[in-house]
Amino acid sequence: MTKKKSGIAYFFRTPIRRWSWLFMGPVLAAFIIGFVWPFIQGIYLSFCEFRLVSDAQFTGFGNYLKAFLDSSFMHSFGYTALFAVVSLILINVLAFAVAYALTQGIKGSNLFRTVFFMPNLIGGIVLGYIWSMIFDGILSHFGTSILQNSTWGFWGLIILIRWQQIGYMMIIYIAGLQAVPEDMLEAAKIDGASRWQTLFKVTIPNVMPSITICTFLSLTNGFKLFDQNLALTAGQPFLIQADGSVIKTTEMLALNIYNTFYGSNSAAHGTAQAKAVLFFILVAALGLIQLAVTRKKEVQQ
Amino acid sequence: MKKIIAFVLGAILVIGLLAGCSGNGGGQGGGQGGGGQEGGGEGQAATGRVYWLNFKPELDETAQKLATMYTEKTGVNVQVVTAASGTYSQTLTSEMDKSEAPTLFIIGNQAGVKDWKDYALDLTGTAIANELTTDAYNLYDETGKLCSIGYCYECYGIIVNPDLIEAAGHTMDEIKNFEGLKAVAEDIHARAAELGFDAFSSSDMDGSSSWRFTGHMINLEYVYEERAAGSVWTECPPELTGEFMKNYKNLFDLCINNSLTDPKDLATGGHDAEAEFKEGKAAFFVNGSWEYAAVSEAVPRATMIPYYCGVEGEEKAGLNCGTENCWAVNAKASPEDQQATIDFMVWLVSDPEASALMVEQLGILPYKNAPASTNGFLNDAARYTDEGCYVMDWATNYQPNVDDYRAALVSALNAYCADQSDANWALVETAAIQGWAVQYQKANAN
Repeated sequence: MTKKKSGIAYFFRTPIRRWSWLFMGPVLAAFIIGFVWPFIQGIYLSFCEFRLVSDAQFTGFGNYLKAFLDSSFMHSFGYTALFAVVSLILINVLAFAVAYALTQGIKGSNLFRTVFFMPNLIGGIVLGYIWSMIFDGILSHFGTSILQNSTWGFWGLIILIRWQQIGYMMIIYIAGLQAVPEDMLEAAKIDGASRWQTLFKVTIPNVMPSITICTFLSLTNGFKLFDQNLALTAGQPFLIQADGSVIKTTEMLALNIYNTFYGSNSAAHGTAQAKAVLFFILVAALGLIQLAVTRKKEVQQ
Repeated sequence: MKKIIAFVLGAILVIGLLAGCSGNGGGQGGGQGGGGQEGGGEGQAATGRVYWLNFKPELDETAQKLATMYTEKTGVNVQVVTAASGTYSQTLTSEMDKSEAPTLFIIGNQAGVKDWKDYALDLTGTAIANELTTDAYNLYDETGKLCSIGYCYECYGIIVNPDLIEAAGHTMDEIKNFEGLKAVAEDIHARAAELGFDAFSSSDMDGSSSWRFTGHMINLEYVYEERAAGSVWTECPPELTGEFMKNYKNLFDLCINNSLTDPKDLATGGHDAEAEFKEGKAAFFVNGSWEYAAVSEAVPRATMIPYYCGVEGEEKAGLNCGTENCWAVNAKASPEDQQATIDFMVWLVSDPEASALMVEQLGILPYKNAPASTNGFLNDAARYTDEGCYVMDWATNYQPNVDDYRAALVSALNAYCADQSDANWALVETAAIQGWAVQYQKANAN
């Protein structure tokens, strides 16, 4: 028998290569079973009509057409986009400000960091109910509630999400700020740069990687928001149109998909699945674009 | 160090996967083991398997107990799983997908029949169908197949505390129609400070309470439409006339404006209407027969009256009786499993011990060999029927896309409670009537 130096036999010539499947296999299997397969099946189901996932019938692009013709889906898309942009700006500006303040050597800044971070540890549903009680406790003095007015619903959710996420983003920013080289800051000081100039010309370009990751997280979190939305307003108040159909004024995309799947009859399961695929494409595309844009601004040290 | 971390991470992934698989396998293995243990009793033909996906959380404890009793007695393996409140359709959807699917499940209304009829065995002429005392709670599909049969029924209306009515100087005999109810309620509300109690308990519009109005009270609109048309619905009508929305408004207005709570505070809820009634703070409580056990201890004389709402001839109205508790047998299960399931059902409703436990929990079993009801409100319902009053059936079960439909109604009622203007009531009507047509279209689209 002669050894050939090509093909599979060559690849497996060392023991570590020969046994690589044993080490890779379980992880790969877990990844395929837990992620790749459901993902592919999800895309396939968006082209089907089904009641149970094991019993689906292929119908083509009809589900996508229905999703686009659904006015509540379009409304929730616009609403979610607005929400994501507003929350993205407010969360990042405030988180950066807090992080900046807490890296100036204030007394007890460790305590502050812990306290600011803690809201992030509470689950979304619980947060939603707690905040709805707070808002309604205030609003009931004026004979109304957060369920009555979509403007309050919007800002209520913004306040909630800010309260929850600023602490988390703050931790990332603090790590970024602490990594800004001291000698650079010192050089700026010696050159006579003002505090603002130091901030915008030295500090911010150096924490660009943190900004990238934080904007990415808050943007995708804004789009994917579900629990808080469900617990705080669940889409109320509805706009009841003359023909009897409703637009749920504070319903975001994820909740809209959930409501489509479980709210209507089984014919809508496929539509909900199509919406979910569109939702995935949207979030993935936004995330990638945003990463590409902010990456360009990062400074390599 | 890196290698250790990589190893730990990899191990976590794999363990997670294995745990996921073994969790499933373990459950099944345990279930089968339970059946195997009874191997000694195999002479009693312990074939087949029963898996009851229960709908009523409050029945869970009793059902588990009954399952154990039945297994001990016959050797047939009975598994009972209860879906968490409000998640039955999600649970059923995922459980039906498994190889060990439920053999006994719930199809509670026509929408359920539409979704699940392919999975429902035709129960016509089966042993369990022959045990029934009434056909009133059975559900059929459009071909006349008997998809599911009722195993209990309930009634709803307005629960009254006669002691408080009398303390206010009135008698129950004054309340025979809407005018009577209105006079008593408004008088009590006007003198609430002096009497120390009010007329109606709070009519909260949050998820834990709004169904009393968007699911139950609105039923009067549907029922009177049925009566006006002279026929009972057998399937969801595509549209409503809305002729009796004014009567719904009569009763709803009376509830929210003569109550402990300012109508403006109803949207977010947070009031405990049951406690208000039990503590004697309110004389009226809109709810159903399932409250009897909770209420009768504090208010032994509690009784239930129909929804009086100003419809002609309503002196002859009875309570709203019906059910969403209907058993269906899985048509895709093996014949042995189906037979075992039907045998189990018959045992539940006819065995003296088992049926007594069922009645204790459910109030009533509409089966020939089951004991009589212990529920005062269900007895009220029977009394109205005996007096020749018409039963208001649960037309509300036909609500198309029920969750969405009711959510829209809640939203409209919230706006109305905050500002009781005609324009806002018009929106309530739109949500209830046009909303029905829209949801009907959606539910029947293909």
